[in-house]
Amino acid sequence: MSYIKKPSARNPSLRPNALGLTVRDYEGAMSTLCAGCGHDSITAAITRAFYELDVAPHMVAKLSGIGCSSKTPTYFLSGAHGFNSAHGRMPAILTGASAANRDLIYIGVSGDGDSLSIGLGQMSHAIRRNVDALYVLENNGVYGLTKGQFSASADPGSRSKHGEPNTQQAIDPVLLALSLGATFVARSFSGDKGQLVPIVKAGLRHRGFALVDVISPCVTFNDHEGSTKSYRYTRGHQEPIVEADLVPPAAEITAEYAAGAAVDVRMHDGGIVRFTKIPEGYDPGDRDAVVAYLRAHQSTGAIPTGLLYLDPSGSEMHAANRTVATPLAQLPYESLCPGAAALDALQRAYR
Amino acid sequence: MLREPIGETPEASAGAAPARGPEAGDETPAREDASRVNRFAFKLANVNGTGSASANSLLMQAIFRMGIPVSGKNLFPSNIQGLPTWYEIRVDKDGYTARTARFDLVVAMNAETYEDDIDEVRPSGWVLFDSSWPLKQAFLRTDVSFLGVPYAKICTENFAEARERTLMKNIAYVGTLAALLDIDMGVVEDMLREKFAAKPKLMASNAKAIRLGYDYAKEHFACPLPTRLEAMGGPPGASPTADKILITGNTATALGALYAGATVAAWYPITPSTSVLDAFTELCEEYRVDPETKERRYCILQAEDELAAIGMVIGAGWNGARAFTATSGPGISLMSELVGLAYYAEIPAVIVDVQRVGPSTGMPTRTQQGDILLCAYASHGDTKHILLFPANPEECFHFTVRAFDLGERFQTPVFVLSDLDIGMNDWVVPRLTWDDSYRPDRGRVLSREELDALPKYFRYSPEDWQGVAARTLPGTSAKGAFFTRGSGHNKLGGYTERPDEYQEVMDRLARKHWTARNFVPPAIVETRPNASFGVVTVGSCDLAVREALAELATNGIVGDYLRVRGFPFGPEIESFLRRHDRMFVVEQNRDGQLRSLLTLETGVAKSQLFSVRAYGGLPLQAAQVVREIVHQIRETEKERPA
Ligand SMILES: Cc1ncc(C[n+]2csc(CCOP(=O)(O)OP(=O)(O)O)c2C)c(N)n1
Ligand code: SF4
Ligand SMILES: [Mg+2]
Repeated sequence: MSYIKKPSARNPSLRPNALGLTVRDYEGAMSTLCAGCGHDSITAAITRAFYELDVAPHMVAKLSGIGCSSKTPTYFLSGAHGFNSAHGRMPAILTGASAANRDLIYIGVSGDGDSLSIGLGQMSHAIRRNVDALYVLENNGVYGLTKGQFSASADPGSRSKHGEPNTQQAIDPVLLALSLGATFVARSFSGDKGQLVPIVKAGLRHRGFALVDVISPCVTFNDHEGSTKSYRYTRGHQEPIVEADLVPPAAEITAEYAAGAAVDVRMHDGGIVRFTKIPEGYDPGDRDAVVAYLRAHQSTGAIPTGLLYLDPSGSEMHAANRTVATPLAQLPYESLCPGAAALDALQRAYR
Repeated sequence: MLREPIGETPEASAGAAPARGPEAGDETPAREDASRVNRFAFKLANVNGTGSASANSLLMQAIFRMGIPVSGKNLFPSNIQGLPTWYEIRVDKDGYTARTARFDLVVAMNAETYEDDIDEVRPSGWVLFDSSWPLKQAFLRTDVSFLGVPYAKICTENFAEARERTLMKNIAYVGTLAALLDIDMGVVEDMLREKFAAKPKLMASNAKAIRLGYDYAKEHFACPLPTRLEAMGGPPGASPTADKILITGNTATALGALYAGATVAAWYPITPSTSVLDAFTELCEEYRVDPETKERRYCILQAEDELAAIGMVIGAGWNGARAFTATSGPGISLMSELVGLAYYAEIPAVIVDVQRVGPSTGMPTRTQQGDILLCAYASHGDTKHILLFPANPEECFHFTVRAFDLGERFQTPVFVLSDLDIGMNDWVVPRLTWDDSYRPDRGRVLSREELDALPKYFRYSPEDWQGVAARTLPGTSAKGAFFTRGSGHNKLGGYTERPDEYQEVMDRLARKHWTARNFVPPAIVETRPNASFGVVTVGSCDLAVREALAELATNGIVGDYLRVRGFPFGPEIESFLRRHDRMFVVEQNRDGQLRSLLTLETGVAKSQLFSVRAYGGLPLQAAQVVREIVHQIRETEKERPA
């Protein structure tokens, strides 16, 4: 068992945020995952991101499928309703939940088995629908909970703990999401909290489906020599190509940054995503160029990370549906039922 | 009566008629009536996609407006264009409008099926056909009258466009039938005016076609036939259909969902349930869109499959919206996984199953009651669900509303089991009524204030006398937050693998289901003095079984009647089963699923329940029920020592 490090009294995180809550108020139950599991680091990053964004925990709904990764919503935001649903079915449940109440902040947590095998269809369609949610895919190349079988994200040639090579092609969630029209696509590494926290924050603020693929090593089944999802391999091949951070709507843009050094992208809520580092000629708003860049770089074995693609203009599910602002679940019944007189009137068509 | 000469050339049209299995049940009706005024059936044989549907519903509606009880059964293929399709209309002044296979008149508009269609006319009946081409000699029968109208010729002469010529052939026979059956032309013309109010050009060509068919009949045949219609009821308001409507079950179901306040619907298209969502969409566009902002007070999600459709419904239900899906058997198979999650995690969901013929893809455009057991126990592990069984569109409306109340009251999935016959055919039912004082039963949901007053909140404890514990909705408060899971949990909502804790929750779920028996619609029970047996049935069997019982009674075979309308079975069902030594369970599936469910869930002995089944995919006929009951009574009497 590992323990998410509880902050000490000296820790600045114990400073209350704008809501008067400390980072502790964003924690959950104690993790039951293996010590060193990448998923726990992601939990810590998610906890931190919510704390820093001053989100009221009860305004969050956290959903997951089944797997070690899908257990983690228990480990953050104990003040939020959680739903540990069924293997591969979280995207649909999240979609329905979002349909019923557009006021909540949705976070879906899944694994590579949950999202790329049994749930590939549902994840793809949640992307197509542009459901307003942050979707964290905790990617370890194996099915942790069922003891280490290769998952669909295992790279060809990557070796299992027992030495056999994977012979099938890998599904890359980032390229997949880009081809499905995702409006926010990021890749990160559980071991790089400095990169992950800002990405999670930006994803939570993004209006629409935000996919964050996080390489999250499974220390028990996929952290050996020959694995392409181990800590060692990922550290050696990760290339943080894009750096981005969220500038909250309140903080006025100052002139501290030299003009031309940063690219600002305005979000729906008025906040800014500021790209402070991008490769020469790379445009995080140009889908085709991003795909081409990733293909070229990944073929050399590199793992490009960062907030790779962002389109804040896409219309999320409710905008496309023209749903009323009041959550559907809170509409008074009187505004929903046409009443007896209308029933009488409409039945004239059935005479 | 004049007869059209029948031509000599052998082939009317090329192409083989589809194989058609023998159809049981065409027997002499008990209530024989020489004149057969307002008591007969006719069948229209058409080609799919030629506009016959609107002609046929025009006919059906005209008869309905004359105040005569009528039913229409659309027997259509799983095809968009080109295959044979039939429409059967039965009128019966006493209201026995279940399907019958005894036809007084056949309108043969599809040369490919002439042989079978002509075969189906009763002796001394009539065949109306398109005599533009001669009829093959081999099809001729000496015991029926052939009435030929050269529809194709007439339409070619009178209409310019090719498509119009095809469509108007079908409209023209409406005119001929109006003459032959004495349908009120005033009624027909009124209907055309209403229907085409916005399209005067269509109105004109339809009226012209009808007139052509009508005039031809008046000129060439002795009109009307002895088998004919007569407006019923005299003064307006007094006719048997005055306070009635003509509606499909799927439309009524959609109305139920609208009136219940459903705001989220998720679905994947499948015959015969698709029109539920079509109708719901239309109704929402009419009643749930803000006229100024165009904002919608609903969200309809066309899911990627039924796995997702039910997931969306569960997510929305978890979040406090009234949500539903409509599907058919194949969809229920896929949904079964998450139905178990909703059952165990205790989340409301309404699932409308418009049943069709299984197994597998089966016969998508044919009716059956084959999902009773599947729905009762859908999903792995110990699961049991609440089922509602409407028998007609009126019940579809009210039961759908009830399903939402039960779903939220008992925090569980509720199935509404309709079928293709109810869902897609037009039925004459009493005008739907609504009580404006109705308010949804949202079940036990704690508000923020109620939570504040509690020392601590647990999801599955304490329970009330119905076995239900209060839930909270996401977004209410951190104090009310809990973790919903399909994995083992204790009564506090925490993860558990402890046998006692697990069982405690499972036992409560069983109690909860058992309590629901007093909340589902009670069975319809009708007892008669001197009854020597009981008949138990369900859903769309209703009309055929009632007709069969009436007919049996005229022969001195008297039985009591019970129609199941909900599961778990209520005390009235237990008591009926106890009071009868011998019962016939009439249902439309091969394996006697209702009978099985009764033996599993009540104290009845298998030996008390005799099974009467019809499962070929066409709506049940009284004659099938009569024959089977008489046969089984004879068999048991043979077995008894003298
Ligand atoms: C329908 C179904 N099939 C199989 C399983 C077994 N199962 C549980 S978790 C899992 C794989 C999880 O892999 P992943 O999503 O990558 O999560 P990880 O444990 O690696 O974090 C499987 C196959 C299940 N729970 N449900
Ligand atoms: S098995 Fe792997 S994925 Fe699961 S908890 Fe252990 S390290 Fe993490
Ligand atoms: Mg995994």
